[in-house]
Amino acid sequence: MTGWAIAVHGGAGVDPNLPLHRQEEAKKLLTRCLYIGISALNTNLPAIDVVELVVRELETDPLFNSGRGSALTEKGTVEMEASIMEGTKRKYGAVSGVTTVKNPVSLARLVMEKSPHSYLAFSGAEDFAREQGVELADSDYFITQDNFDYRIPTPGLDSSCAAEVDNPMVMNGLPISLYAPETVGCVVVDKEGRCAAATSTGGLMNKRSGRIGDSPIIGAGTYACNLCGVSCTGEGEAILRATLAREVAAVMEYKGLRLQEAVDFVIKERLDEGKAGLIAVSSNGEVACGFNANGMFRGCATEDGFIEVGIWE
Amino acid sequence: MGWAIALHGGAGDIPVDLPPEKREPREAGLRHCLDVGILAFKNGRSHLAVVELVVRELENHPQFNAGRGSVLTTEGTVEMEASIMDGQTKKCGAVSGLKTVVNAVSLARLVMERTSHIYLAFEGAEAFAREQGVETADPSYFITLENIERLNQAKEANRVQIDYSQPISREVQVETHTASGDSQLGTVGCVAVDSDGNMALATSTGGLVNKMVGRIGDTPIIGAGTYANSYCAVSATGKGETIARGTMAGVVAVLMEFKGLPLKEAAAYVVEKAERGTVGLIAVSATGEIAMPFNTTGMFRACATEAAHSEIAIH
Repeated sequence: MTGWAIAVHGGAGVDPNLPLHRQEEAKKLLTRCLYIGISALNTNLPAIDVVELVVRELETDPLFNSGRGSALTEKGTVEMEASIMEGTKRKYGAVSGVTTVKNPVSLARLVMEKSPHSYLAFSGAEDFAREQGVELADSDYFITQDNFDYRIPTPGLDSSCAAEVDNPMVMNGLPISLYAPETVGCVVVDKEGRCAAATSTGGLMNKRSGRIGDSPIIGAGTYACNLCGVSCTGEGEAILRATLAREVAAVMEYKGLRLQEAVDFVIKERLDEGKAGLIAVSSNGEVACGFNANGMFRGCATEDGFIEVGIWE
Repeated sequence: MGWAIALHGGAGDIPVDLPPEKREPREAGLRHCLDVGILAFKNGRSHLAVVELVVRELENHPQFNAGRGSVLTTEGTVEMEASIMDGQTKKCGAVSGLKTVVNAVSLARLVMERTSHIYLAFEGAEAFAREQGVETADPSYFITLENIERLNQAKEANRVQIDYSQPISREVQVETHTASGDSQLGTVGCVAVDSDGNMALATSTGGLVNKMVGRIGDTPIIGAGTYANSYCAVSATGKGETIARGTMAGVVAVLMEFKGLPLKEAAAYVVEKAERGTVGLIAVSATGEIAMPFNTTGMFRACATEAAHSEIAIH
């Protein structure tokens, strides 16, 4: 038996000029989600249940780019994706192209537990959602004031904004002032030393319809095994190429690195020019995070009372 | 060091006594696709072009589970997926849920080269295909009688399973011997290394017989069914969910990099670790070695090296 540990994130790559009140809102949400996870862990809920619970909360809150408040595709629609993985047997579930499901992470869990497969997408995922009777909503629910006027650059506006922005920071090809940090995630190791991870997102802002990122891809955006649980965020294509989440585990297993060293190694050596971040827990109760992007919304806590929420370095 | 190439047409419980009418067309298909790859290298085509060309041929061959001849979803439709990766640059492309694209692997290459994304799926991928003007066909083009029969047998097996209330998962049922005596756990794939040590691979499939509509397997998942870097290029085949959970293709590379294992050992280790009867893979290394391990009864495969060694095998 070890102490539990938990980490949450709301995306890597943050506008350095993000207004203070938005920074405070983000930190409050991260704190609230941490406490939801902490209470659950204190009632001995298994890691897989805790990660789902916390990510549901992040999806339901419109602040971050997942569930309600997801970034919109080029068509102005929502195409959400999520994955969840448990470390003891490495079972996982994932969904992509989901448009009416309130909590994609829960649908991903149902794929894992109630279907013969591990990954369902688009109309097949939506049909499965109806069969399973999960909570649905139409587009009004998902499209908030924020993601209508903040997250989609309206035609002509992005070039003028780019001219005003005096820092040249770019994420995924967009000036950071317009970029919506992708993804939310949670990783947990419970008192039994079981790790789990879950990630959820609306995906890249203004993405081409049908584009799948790293969040639902096992080994890329999400991974859990008997050593650790990892959830990544940032430039999806860089994370995919690097199979980033899996690399943390690989480096622990085959290079014998401890969690934080493994996280640092992977961020430093595996991203090439890509910008990303990740949160991770190990089966012996450690928690770590790392990022090379400009900031990452994150929070972490361990059973001995340590708790920290942050955005910047 | 010369070039080397390996290709597969799927691993599974291929009966040792596979009747000639099933064995011969596939052996001929493997030989033909191998020749296409060999000729491409001889004509100076790049490692990436070679794997794409070979997989296109495998997709066009109706007796392998990719492109024409893809297995069917539970609704009797075809949903194809493919991926391609260049080990030199680690650029990659993947597609899923295709219904009308004649060569999924070529669309995956276009995603890699013509978009800033890696993975496009379903309607979005079909729309991209139209924009790019790739060859498309009516969905009926991809459907073969053999696969309609396989689907019927799988559904029958499920019905029997339910009648006898056996606690066997649907997937296991699908993999047991069908009346026609061959299994379709397949996928097709090709790995290649040129004489400079640059590697690439491509994988393509119709997926799992009787799969749910919208099901995505291991083939388009970078690191699972597909992976290439400066150590190796790997294409896996078999039970998709097993390959993905084990991130099999990625682990071969990890073992070579962090444990210094040579290709054959790394590949054998990964296959042995997986549940018996579920997986196989082909791989090449930067020094021109080839590995083709499998833990199923058989795997349709072929390989050749510039030094003129070549091999075609099933069991």
